[in-house]
Amino acid sequence: MYFFKRLILAVPLLLVISFLAFALVHLAPGGPFDRERKPASPEIERALKAKYHLDEPLFTQYLRYLGLLWEKDVRGHWHHAPAGFDISLRYRNHSVTDIIAQSLPVSMLLGALVFGFAMGVGLPAGFLAAARRGHWQDYAVSFVSILAVCVPGFVIAPLLIMFFAIQWRLLPVALWSSPLHAILPTIALGLFFSGRIARLLREGMLNIMSAPFITTARAKGLGETAILLKHGFRLAVLPVVSYSGPLLADLLTGSFVIESIFQIPGIGLHLVNSSLNADYTLVVGLALIYAVLLILLNLLVDLAYVLLDRRVQYD
Amino acid sequence: MIEHDAKDRNTPQSSVMELEEPVTTFKSWERFKRNRLALLSFWLLLGLLLMVALWPFALKVASWTGRDGAAFAMRHNPDQLSDEQFQPPNASHWFGTDVHGRDLFSRVLYGARISLLAGIVGTGVSLLIGVLWGAVAGYAGGRIDAIMMRFVDVLYSLPSIVFVIVLVTTLEGIVKNWLAALPGSWVGISRFLFLLAGLGAVSWLTMARIVRGQVLTLRHRAFVEASRVLGAGPGHILARHIIPHTFGIVIIYLTMTVPAIMLYESFLSYLGLGIQPPMASWGSLIAEGTDQINPIRIYWWLIVFPGGFLISTLLALNFIGDGLRDVWGSGGREGHV
Repeated sequence: MYFFKRLILAVPLLLVISFLAFALVHLAPGGPFDRERKPASPEIERALKAKYHLDEPLFTQYLRYLGLLWEKDVRGHWHHAPAGFDISLRYRNHSVTDIIAQSLPVSMLLGALVFGFAMGVGLPAGFLAAARRGHWQDYAVSFVSILAVCVPGFVIAPLLIMFFAIQWRLLPVALWSSPLHAILPTIALGLFFSGRIARLLREGMLNIMSAPFITTARAKGLGETAILLKHGFRLAVLPVVSYSGPLLADLLTGSFVIESIFQIPGIGLHLVNSSLNADYTLVVGLALIYAVLLILLNLLVDLAYVLLDRRVQYD
Repeated sequence: MIEHDAKDRNTPQSSVMELEEPVTTFKSWERFKRNRLALLSFWLLLGLLLMVALWPFALKVASWTGRDGAAFAMRHNPDQLSDEQFQPPNASHWFGTDVHGRDLFSRVLYGARISLLAGIVGTGVSLLIGVLWGAVAGYAGGRIDAIMMRFVDVLYSLPSIVFVIVLVTTLEGIVKNWLAALPGSWVGISRFLFLLAGLGAVSWLTMARIVRGQVLTLRHRAFVEASRVLGAGPGHILARHIIPHTFGIVIIYLTMTVPAIMLYESFLSYLGLGIQPPMASWGSLIAEGTDQINPIRIYWWLIVFPGGFLISTLLALNFIGDGLRDVWGSGGREGHV
């Protein structure tokens, strides 16, 4: 019931976000037709604006975007205006749906790989550090993970390309056509997050291990590994779970830097370029996708909390 | 959209933390000193700051000391183009040269000013907005709180890059007319100021949430009630009693914000939204290096040196943050490195 209510509440939130995105890009000076190959004459520009309904008041445009606009035609009849604005204003032979349908799967695949990589490296590392607290394993993991958090993707990516792709010719430099092409981008993007996750898990484990119920488990003679795995990990992973919601939303909607360095045709490129080009329709579409993902994933995170920690209850 | 978001989503676990007894400055320093790594980072960072501040003077002084000195200053002028393109690091160009034959060592040090300044000012802006927003929302409570925090939620769900781009271009559009009258170098500086505004504008959200949480627990404490009974207005209570009590956690969170903002600045400069050439920041230097990737020659120094400075600074800031956490509150963090 609670989750159902959350889903319903997401609808007005999405409306607000889409309107905000809509208004924001309109607020910025310059329009989608400023960077045409030939500067358009004022007449052409006016015609273009009229064709794409950009000459209407902002709120009318927004209603048209939602498909909730009724117009009076020349004969004075009111009729429903079809939902407009599915055309990218910059690449006018593509619809926003097409652009997203082409690039979102690529970004999602890369995002899922990165997420898997970050979890696959970060969780065991963080667990090891906490289990061997104070030993060299702990120091090694802690140092490497803090280092990883300080190395941005745009520093590590060119270095990976220079050495693994150009110097040693082990892996392809760029593009997105075979599983081999995915290795370098996944590492470049995932390193940061694996460090982040390792740190979160280690800190969570250390917090949990001083709790009374762990002492109880020890007192009844449970082995240390069993305590760590069965009692410790389950609760210690909660911070990681709540971090992974927004993280996954970010990852699935692509990374501009990694996509541009590795020439991956993903959605991150469109997100930046469309805002730079004032391509209103595309910006709003992308912002909505991001918001929907974020809301859904946060909901999933809350669900996971209930499953992992029985003490958590929503009314 | 991930780019090491300045609006760092990962609110610390114990966002409402009880502070230990107030500590004096001297005692804090004593405690901070116990964390060797943090202390070392502190001196390293100070050294970097000194180097960054003194290098231009060193060049100036060198140019007065005869012909050799003048040649040295000329060679190390960060904006001086020369024919010595893509020199690997050597005795006369310690970090090598870039595509225009400019000395990379000088460019990294000059770029440091922009990167550090962005980190500091961006954090300041986020601190100001975040603390005020969170404190007012938490203290006012009720409907005002709900509206203010929903606003934060909405901004959270908007890709921050869209927000920054729009903000920067809008500000630029507004002041474009004034700028036309100003000399060229001002355009670059104003661009930088917009960048700072943008950075601050997207990075205060988590701060606001943390401060609000803290204020909610403070608002009904005895000393606040006492002040209210004595007739103090909300402005006075906020300024004198509530906000000072949030400083501990705010400082701890700040040490996480500075690195995040520096990363974000590098990312924006990398996109070409921040610093305009010939000015440089670490991010834009790395971007220039990335542009020079080609299958024939490897110009590793173009990435390694600015990247190395960026990484070491971020590391130092992180270690200092850990040290400060030890000083101002355990925050459940016992086994630090």
